Amino acid sequence: MSENGKVLLETKDLKQHFKVIGENAFKKVKLKAVDGVSFSIRKGETFGLVGESGCGKSTIGKTLLRLHEPTSGSIIFDGTDITHANMKPFRKRMQIVFQDPYSSLNPRMTVGDIVGEPLDINRAYSSKNERREIIIDRLNLVGLNTEHMNRYPHEFSGGQRQRVSIARALALNPEFIVCDEPISALDVSIQAQVINKLIELQHELDLTYLFIAHDLAVVRHISNRVGVMYLGRLVELADAEELFKNPRHPYTQALLSVAPIPDPKLNREKGRILLEGEVPSPVNPPSGCCFRTRCKHATEECAQTRPEMEEAASRHFVSCLREKSIPEYVSA
Amino acid sequence: MANSLLEMDDLRISFFTPAGEVKAVNGMSCALNQGEVLGIVGESGSGKSVSVTALMKLLVRPGKVVGGGIKFDGRDILAMSSKEMRGVRGKDISMIFQDPMTSLNPVFTIGNQLIETIRTHTGMPKKEAADRGVKMLAQVGINNPEKRMKQFPHELSGGMRQRVMIAMALSCSPKLLIADEPTTSLDVTIQAQILDLIKKMRDETGAAVILITHDLGIVSEICDRIMIMYAGRIVESGSVDDIYYSTAHPYTKGLLGCLPGSSKGVRAPLKAIEGNPVDLLDMPKGCGFASRCGECMKICLRENPPSFPIGEGHVSACWKHVPVNASEVRP
Repeated sequence: MSENGKVLLETKDLKQHFKVIGENAFKKVKLKAVDGVSFSIRKGETFGLVGESGCGKSTIGKTLLRLHEPTSGSIIFDGTDITHANMKPFRKRMQIVFQDPYSSLNPRMTVGDIVGEPLDINRAYSSKNERREIIIDRLNLVGLNTEHMNRYPHEFSGGQRQRVSIARALALNPEFIVCDEPISALDVSIQAQVINKLIELQHELDLTYLFIAHDLAVVRHISNRVGVMYLGRLVELADAEELFKNPRHPYTQALLSVAPIPDPKLNREKGRILLEGEVPSPVNPPSGCCFRTRCKHATEECAQTRPEMEEAASRHFVSCLREKSIPEYVSA
Repeated sequence: MANSLLEMDDLRISFFTPAGEVKAVNGMSCALNQGEVLGIVGESGSGKSVSVTALMKLLVRPGKVVGGGIKFDGRDILAMSSKEMRGVRGKDISMIFQDPMTSLNPVFTIGNQLIETIRTHTGMPKKEAADRGVKMLAQVGINNPEKRMKQFPHELSGGMRQRVMIAMALSCSPKLLIADEPTTSLDVTIQAQILDLIKKMRDETGAAVILITHDLGIVSEICDRIMIMYAGRIVESGSVDDIYYSTAHPYTKGLLGCLPGSSKGVRAPLKAIEGNPVDLLDMPKGCGFASRCGECMKICLRENPPSFPIGEGHVSACWKHVPVNASEVRP
């Protein structure tokens, strides 16, 4: 879409390590939730981040907003390095929508106050009336109306609550929104409503999204560019269509091949790459390539050298030592 | 269908809450044959889980079966005493629940729980039951089964625990396996492993399977027949191909339409079903889907449609499908 657009957000070798209690209860061990991730998001673009649970995709979302303090690396937002900066001026411009619309809204606040709270904190209005107008405007944007203002979250369904979350994120006219699995807690018919709303708002308000999800079909639908994560590292990064049509990393190929598609004939025909075993613990990740323990193409070399992101095709980056010898994936 | 394994006839289940009667299931009829995989698809609150809970007689107050009948293998489930039912549960009908984290007892080892199930139903000596347990674990693809028998649930990952649940469910060779959202809390790569396992087990043991899910992708992969539920009623049922390629009911069409897919164009608006599901406390008079349906007619608001046959084994509960010859309508 915006191939030559300005880069709004960039991360360089971002690392987020947590100290957790390991097998020995008296000794803390390092959990490498995000381990050297670099990518950039252009203005007006949707960057999709996919991966299985525990791969670090939500951690990235939170670290970008400095809800976690990054261990190392840098985050650059609109030309400014915000890795250690005072976040106050940036909070207005970067917002987040969380996965669970049940726990991310305060049950004791009315919807009007929930949407108004960011305005209060930033003193973004000069009169009570103006505050009210802004709130009503944001609620209308997401398809709720004025009468919803005085209701409490429990009076709403999951889809409506998620809209309240979006309205709150939009309160201060942000430029960038992290959508952390905004639809996985919703029913299928409601998911489509929220996806449509997000795309519509993006066009209307010129928003940039980081869209985190594990549902591949949804990410393909909404994203311009997609990054695939495994064990805290990006393994593949490409434009959405290119990635889904021509995946090059063995993990992406496996992920695509096992995602159920609602089409029985295609399901019968498509060849599935069934991965053996489970994701290793991020406390003690495998040496070299983190995927090698489940990869059928892995060799000796994969255990020794950690692969770097390399441009395999135009704008298509893969982190795999044996990228050239991996058979092409025939997508359904 | 004289020799079907399971027959549900006009099953009705209500929850008597302080706010009023919640009609969770409103007349559900279905039949299941040996070795068949039936998918029940619906959104939350559509009554899919409640109906199988009633089938296992696990329904607790304020829930109550208020009408209809369930026949399993020629026996009337609803008339059975709780003692008789204990002999059926786990032996003839087994169930795998959605959440493998909470369906295993955290204070007993895997082996302990597995052996208990086997001994209850077969009366095997402990040693033999343990051997059987190890064999079952190996069969569901758990490596090092002897060691796993001595471990506690918290030592296993989600996928592993779900495998243990399947091993336990299959340990007495049931005739019917009910899987209630067995993969919802698992990752896609693990989900694929579990679905493969259920398919393999069906082929090997010939057990019938009821798979409850909200994911239309999963059912298209492993089911023979699908029932789509909405507001406690079956709105459409048919073979997998019927449902996906000659979709009849507007709700099913809506569900398939709102899934993003490669053929639909990137970032094109999805055809969302507008509105919210009906309030089961206050069911409208006519068709439950009428308020969200784009093809709603006057009769839809007045009367609930019965099931109309469309093709071989393919029925749809929609007034649009009234046969031309009106005498064919089932009352």
